[in-house]
Amino acid sequence: MAIADQTMPPRGLLSPDGWLAAIARRSEALVIPLGALLVGLAAFGVFLLSQGKSPVDFYALVYKAGFGTAFSWQNTLSRTAPLLLAALCVALPARLGLVVIGGEGAIVLGGVAAGALAGSLSGLPGALAIPLMALAGAAIGAVWIGTVGALRHYRGVNETIASLLMAYIAIALMNHLVEGPFRDPASLNKPSTAPLAEHMRIGDIPGWNVHWGLVVGIVACILCWILIERTTWGFAARIAGGNVRAAQVQGLPVGRLIVGFTALGGAFAGLAGVFEVAAVHGTANASLAVGYGYTGILIAFLARHNPLAIIPVAVLLAGFEASSGLVQRRMDLPDATILVLQGFVFVAILVSDTLYGRFRMFAPERWGRG
Amino acid sequence: MESDLGLWAIPIAMLGGAIRVSTPFLFVSLGEVLTERSGRINLGLEGTLVFGAMSGYAIAYLSGSAWAGVLAAAFAGSLFGLLHGLICSLPRVNDIAIGIAMMLLGMGLAFFFGKPFIQPVAPDLPSIGFGWWSDIPQLEAALRVNVLFLIGAAAAVALWWMFRSTRVGLVIRVVGDSTDAARAMGLRPAVIRTLATAAGGAFAGVGGAYLSLFYPGSWSEGISSGQGLMAVALVIFARWNPIACFWAAILFGAAGALGPALQSVGVSEGYYLFYAAPYVLTLGVLIATSSPNRAMVGAPGELSITK
Repeated sequence: MAIADQTMPPRGLLSPDGWLAAIARRSEALVIPLGALLVGLAAFGVFLLSQGKSPVDFYALVYKAGFGTAFSWQNTLSRTAPLLLAALCVALPARLGLVVIGGEGAIVLGGVAAGALAGSLSGLPGALAIPLMALAGAAIGAVWIGTVGALRHYRGVNETIASLLMAYIAIALMNHLVEGPFRDPASLNKPSTAPLAEHMRIGDIPGWNVHWGLVVGIVACILCWILIERTTWGFAARIAGGNVRAAQVQGLPVGRLIVGFTALGGAFAGLAGVFEVAAVHGTANASLAVGYGYTGILIAFLARHNPLAIIPVAVLLAGFEASSGLVQRRMDLPDATILVLQGFVFVAILVSDTLYGRFRMFAPERWGRG
Repeated sequence: MESDLGLWAIPIAMLGGAIRVSTPFLFVSLGEVLTERSGRINLGLEGTLVFGAMSGYAIAYLSGSAWAGVLAAAFAGSLFGLLHGLICSLPRVNDIAIGIAMMLLGMGLAFFFGKPFIQPVAPDLPSIGFGWWSDIPQLEAALRVNVLFLIGAAAAVALWWMFRSTRVGLVIRVVGDSTDAARAMGLRPAVIRTLATAAGGAFAGVGGAYLSLFYPGSWSEGISSGQGLMAVALVIFARWNPIACFWAAILFGAAGALGPALQSVGVSEGYYLFYAAPYVLTLGVLIATSSPNRAMVGAPGELSITK
């Protein structure tokens, strides 16, 4: 090491160990995704202009329909719950370097499990039956996505492709179960399971028009943050995500970590399905597969797989989705508009990965050097 | 006239279905072989397939020519491939994640622009009857082979020959096996990979045009159900060999035709489970052919999916 480097750096506002430096280091992970989000939204604005629509009108409508009134906030927050849980299904495996994109499958099966079990559990009081139902949904989700992790570790099967294939299989399984063994004969137009009994329904947060899934989702995000940032399990997962060989040399149980993290992510996605059935639809049917799992992928990447950051990002994207109907009607745009918007933002956020480490303002040790 | 074939109707329907259903698998997997042989993976071909289906149908409807639609789909596919290739040339960008984003973007754009084309009827692609010698109508119908299937089969042989004994094929293989070796030879890996990804996208676009212009033969938002993604898995199964891709596509086509074939003889019980057959087959093939320890035989060295 050169002698010059061993001398103490000058203390003061611009020193590499001052508080300003600490802020600068941490703000890179905030400024770059935020900038990418804005670039993605701006690029989508240009796209709208090319279609002869006003981006100003569009974003004003999105704001109004997603965040403008108490009613639109209720709509947004109701959609936030499944997105929080679906994003965790991507973010937790991502800590181990796995790209799992099949959360939709766990959502769908969790919902079907809730819809199918609700009937046989309805003899029990709600305080006992609802947790049992939620546990079943979470368990099936955990098995589904945990299998992806196990296949990855023990068989070397690519987890991205396997999880998406299993999502297609799950949707086919749902269609089979909902139209066959679990079908309520009274559901004619849209095959569904029998409607949940009143005491099996999950209600709203008192004083709000938003169901309890939001609270569960936020608590889950906070717990996952603690798991990743403040426990040895989370620390081991980060090492294994950085370098599997090094983790194995260290004696870390990589296989158990991978299966555990994927299963936990799957459990949250399964829980999202339970809330969709028990708090929103009141029955399990094809409405379970509306793409929450796919929006969850985008949210997790936007949040850089940080569970705390997932909360605001999920609210934002839920607002976009909540505004979809109004945007369609008022601006005469197709319903895929929000999908295109998500695509633009997704590409922008991934392109921004190339910017990390490029800006000197985020690297205090390079401050003041020519 | 329906002749009574009994259970023989199932293999005949599956043979016809295999030829019909396999074409998109064939084109997407050939495109993916081309891309992966250069050392890059494009998971976004599902989106390219759907956008190819939409643009092919729209252009065929507007121009009145199905072949103009196929060309438009190939062009649109190459644009998606080019964008994917250019983004992946940036340092520290995850090509698997980019593929997912491009898949969502491709589907979103296809649904966005495809709305006005759900109702109109576009011209179909022509097909050639190879069943004239048979007097069984089902067999004759099964052997009506679309021209694109034949083009795809020819393309498989052409790609195989290209990789084996042409300079272009050698260049792509070198870039795919070792970036350092390619640089030492004076090649520019990023440029070659981007071009290979664009060409691969064009193949996937043609596969999409087949969906909307021949079978099922109309544009709708549910036109593809993961064929593009299964084709990516199929490439691993085919060990990056274009000829093997052809046989794998036929196999996957037959699996995809299982549900409709059973339905045609009156079996409707568990229809949705048979519908899942291609996904289960793909997953099973992936499990059987992957290994946690050894590198996969025939895999390009620079491919991130096998590292």
